[in-house]
Amino acid sequence: MMRYIVSFVLLIIISSGCSEKHHYTEIEFWAMGIEGEKASELARLFEAENPDIKVNINQIPWTAAHEKLMTAFASETLPDVFQLGNTWIPEFRALDALESLDGYIADSRVIKRSEYFEGIWETNLLENSTLGIPWYVDTRVLFYRSDLLKKAGFNSSPRTWNDLYFQSQKIKQLCTSENCYSFFVPVNEWVPFILFGIQNNARLLRENDSYGDFSSVEFRESFEFLMKFFEEELAPKDMQSVLNIYQAFESGYFAFYITGPWNIGEFQRRLSPAMKGKWMTAPLPSPDENYPGYSIAGGASLVISRFSEKKTAAWKFIEFMSRPDNQLRFYKIVAALPPNKTVWENKILADNPYLSAFFKQLEKVKPTPKIPEWEQIASAKVQQYAELASTGKVSVEIVLKMLDDDVDNILEKRRWILKHRQAE
Amino acid sequence: MRKKTSTIVLLIFFGPSLLVITVFFFIPVLASFIFSFTDFNIYSLGNLNYLRFIGIDNYSKILHEPLFWSALKNTFYFVLAGGPLSVAVSLGAAILLNSKLIRFKAFFRTIYFLPVVTTLVAVAIVWRFIYHPRFGMLNYFLGFIGISPVDWLGDPTFSMPAIILMAVWKNFGYNMIIFIAGLQNIPEELYEAASIEGAGAWSRFRHITLPMLAPATVFISVITMIGYFQLFSEPYIMTQGGPLNSTLSIVLYMYQEGFRWWNLGYSTAIAFTLFVIIFTGALIQFRIQKRYDI
Repeated sequence: MMRYIVSFVLLIIISSGCSEKHHYTEIEFWAMGIEGEKASELARLFEAENPDIKVNINQIPWTAAHEKLMTAFASETLPDVFQLGNTWIPEFRALDALESLDGYIADSRVIKRSEYFEGIWETNLLENSTLGIPWYVDTRVLFYRSDLLKKAGFNSSPRTWNDLYFQSQKIKQLCTSENCYSFFVPVNEWVPFILFGIQNNARLLRENDSYGDFSSVEFRESFEFLMKFFEEELAPKDMQSVLNIYQAFESGYFAFYITGPWNIGEFQRRLSPAMKGKWMTAPLPSPDENYPGYSIAGGASLVISRFSEKKTAAWKFIEFMSRPDNQLRFYKIVAALPPNKTVWENKILADNPYLSAFFKQLEKVKPTPKIPEWEQIASAKVQQYAELASTGKVSVEIVLKMLDDDVDNILEKRRWILKHRQAE
Repeated sequence: MRKKTSTIVLLIFFGPSLLVITVFFFIPVLASFIFSFTDFNIYSLGNLNYLRFIGIDNYSKILHEPLFWSALKNTFYFVLAGGPLSVAVSLGAAILLNSKLIRFKAFFRTIYFLPVVTTLVAVAIVWRFIYHPRFGMLNYFLGFIGISPVDWLGDPTFSMPAIILMAVWKNFGYNMIIFIAGLQNIPEELYEAASIEGAGAWSRFRHITLPMLAPATVFISVITMIGYFQLFSEPYIMTQGGPLNSTLSIVLYMYQEGFRWWNLGYSTAIAFTLFVIIFTGALIQFRIQKRYDI
């Protein structure tokens, strides 16, 4: 009997000893959309290089990403390392869920801030700590029909707001049918309206980002400038008429469209072969002579959860993903634009005529206000009131006043917290 | 002595389920009721010191929010158009399947019941294909009778009817089964007697079938109303509340406020507002039932 007991105890000791001795560290990585789908190819390379680390990738569709991350935080199941749209960083900062990366960056041989686009890097900086490393970048530039522009008598894309307005008028004059415009400004998107505002140095929010500042002269000017296109029917008001932007672009329904890098691929795929050479990209026009004008600093970063117990391995993974050779690989796989400027020197990127506008534009980008409420302000409120204003039923001044009121309501809590913090 | 035993027996039998329902139902409901008087949001999630009791502010905010009113309008549209339609279709199908002329009854019953047990998400995705403006089956068939393509889910005028159509198709099987059970309980003699007295098909339906089915109808309409007021998955998967918020339902609005913007205090207040609405609706239906002494 004693023998059985002893061997049983021994068995337990041996088996528990086994489970304690890990052969490798497992890190959990969450990424979204097509990038998340394709990141596994890079993760396998990473594992080959670091046999002691295993990466578990969880791919989340964009539509559910925000909810999923928030719920993960609430249930304390955040992954070790994850992708975060750079406008979401402030929210996770407010939750105090992100590890500050400054210490890691200082010791890193791979990641050097000077190699990154300044405006993009800045979106990861909050209250003097760096919370994320840019993974891929995104901004908006002008897509235009070069053939229509030539037909209207112009050799180059617009460099100033006045150019844009003047060229739009001339292109409209080429129209033969009634249902034809020159500049497509989608009213179900907040981006164009914010974009022209920041070009004109509008602050968007004031007093430590605790009140709306949309009634400011700068924002009103930019907003009125855009509204002129709707009033003079240079831009379509009815979104229903542009169900398929590729078809509409090809048929000359409009000649200017401000959009992002994903549309380079889409335009090449979806436009008919006859359209080849009839469209181009250009940096955005500017309200003054300082061409190009600013655009929005978009994209996604890689961050480490503050609650992770495997931060060293997670950082190793981020470094691997940030290495120029891997960024180039990633561009080849999913055409995600690299945040590291040195990668852009490679022929694959440098020789793509549509990309040079993006490179120029990325050197002139500004972040949107870095507060957790921004997503809600932009996608719920700015969009709602831009749509209202575009109908021309309510004056710009009243619309912006209403927008400010709503934004002030959303920011009420933020004001209270700022006050609370001061008192402490 | 006997009394004590019965308490213990009661505890043994009811205890586990009472415990489960308390932990997973009553406590969360109570907690969310308390939440609805706070401004619990993303800041509070990070730090509980940033939680304030704000009384009924959430509720008054709801009443001043245009988005809530359009969500309410859309939900009522769905309930008032979809609810009766769903009941009528179920009744029609039940009467057809109960007819003596029909063969393969069990087969048809199963076929009509299939959508009920199919996962809603899968169904919604298939219906999105059906509604596709260019390649969808529905527009293809409409083309035969000369109707030009409709952008079912992209046009604010058609988006809600499209969702109602799908929901009715998905749900009518369940009510149909209840109606069939009700129909089979009607004594055959009543019809025979009426026929002898010279009653036609319509007056037999009007004066025998309908009154005899009244209890089933009340039950079905209350259940359908409660279910339809909680419209969520269909617009969540098919339209995300768009276009132009034309399919934003109250529950979807609550979900967006709660899990997209993380305004949990506000969104629980929406939940209790919806509870009051449904409760009132059910009360009205029971009143009607009493009034007509069904």
